[in-house]
Amino acid sequence: MIAFDDVAHDYGGGPLFREVSVRLEPGSFHFLTGPSGAGKSTFLKLCYGELLPSSGRVSLMDRDVRTLSRDGLAELRQRIGVVHQDCQFLDHLSVEQNVGLPMTATGRSVSENDLSDLLGWVGLGSHAEALPPTLSGGERQRAALARAVIAAPNVLLADEPTGNLDWDMSQRLLMLMIELNRMGTSILIATHDLQLIRFAKAQVNARVLRIAGRRLQVAGAGL
Amino acid sequence: MVVPGRGQSVWLVLLSSAAMAFLAVFALALSVTAAQLARDWSAALAQTATVRLSAPPDEMDAQTALVLDVLRTTPGIAEARVMVPAEQASLLEAWLGPDVPVDALPLPRLIEVTETAEGPDRQGLRLRLAAEAPGAVFDDHTRWRRPLAEAAARLRAFALVSLGLIGGVTAAIIVLAASAALASNGQVIRVLRLVGARDRFIALAFVRRISGRAFAGACAGTGLGALALLAIPQAGGSVHVLAGLGFSGAGWLLLLAIPPLAMVLAWVASMATALKVLRGVT
Repeated sequence: MIAFDDVAHDYGGGPLFREVSVRLEPGSFHFLTGPSGAGKSTFLKLCYGELLPSSGRVSLMDRDVRTLSRDGLAELRQRIGVVHQDCQFLDHLSVEQNVGLPMTATGRSVSENDLSDLLGWVGLGSHAEALPPTLSGGERQRAALARAVIAAPNVLLADEPTGNLDWDMSQRLLMLMIELNRMGTSILIATHDLQLIRFAKAQVNARVLRIAGRRLQVAGAGL
Repeated sequence: MVVPGRGQSVWLVLLSSAAMAFLAVFALALSVTAAQLARDWSAALAQTATVRLSAPPDEMDAQTALVLDVLRTTPGIAEARVMVPAEQASLLEAWLGPDVPVDALPLPRLIEVTETAEGPDRQGLRLRLAAEAPGAVFDDHTRWRRPLAEAAARLRAFALVSLGLIGGVTAAIIVLAASAALASNGQVIRVLRLVGARDRFIALAFVRRISGRAFAGACAGTGLGALALLAIPQAGGSVHVLAGLGFSGAGWLLLLAIPPLAMVLAWVASMATALKVLRGVT
């Protein structure tokens, strides 16, 4: 689904990481962890084609990102849901419109019922008409999750999705992602929250990747 | 919907489109009026000529009869008639005032000549007049007609160049406005790219907004321009260009073309700008 082959990336000041080879298989659940500045967000951006690797090869759905046209990349992104820590909403649109954006922006329709069901699933059924700035941190994250999954993506990428949430809300959000994973969606969550990882590993067969020393390692069971 | 309907570019497009449409109304009116003037002047002068006869008073009537005889027997002349003193006074009124004592002035006699469509052999006619009545001068208005036609043609060209400049400036302003709108909506573009929108969808979201505003502004500008044209006093019979500036009858319908043209111009300019800017966004 997403494959890195000997990938390195740098922003001009030396490699952030190098010799990264990993495969995210369909239906898998991964955590990506590491210290701040290690390159977790960069890794995720490589996963949805916002960045190109400095060297090596990144394949999305078996297609080399370097060979993709802009429209081709847009099509692939319709199969990849992304949740950012800052959510990235269009503040002039309602929650409902923001959640439905992946459909309207790609010329697809979504029924009121489906949208309503999805908002209910993330616990925002009563906030459909609200504007994003009026939501709490947890509500924003759940709305971002709803937007990321509305187009039934093959893979969900989340960058520090619980960074601003209390433990209860973090657990709630994680359970939604575990539920998605059980329905077949591959999940990759970048986080430095070890408590969250331990909680998830008790629920699902999750693999933990760690960026340290400019390399990607598979973390041990001691986490 | 996905692009917020606010920001400075909104007013930039609205006001500039309105101002350019307002100016376009006048340029278009000038172009149409100049073309009409050229046609009118050419038509009025093309088939008329004048014979100016100078002779001693006691020979004037005989010379006049001689000239009329020459004219009426010349192929290509439809009609020749002596202008009465009142008509001559009317011609001189613009220069000497209404109370000119025409009878007291040693004026030449004027004979108005109407030509057929084919017209006479002008050179041959001049030679015959010189032989029969040496004081008669045949004036076919060529030296008036040519500069008038040239002036009207240049006026029309000037108006058309003005229309072109207005279009160019409008396009430049739209490009600036589109760039500003795209720059100030970086978050919108990032989010749309993130959720898988193609460049064309994103560009269209901006282009629809910008061209819609350009259309609205152009409608307002065209309406104001039309009202301003109607406010220009129409001096009947005057040859002054400004007095006749405007449209007549169905000519007013030409103004209806300005707003759609402004919208098409805005569409093309903003689409090109948007696609160019978007190429720089991952």
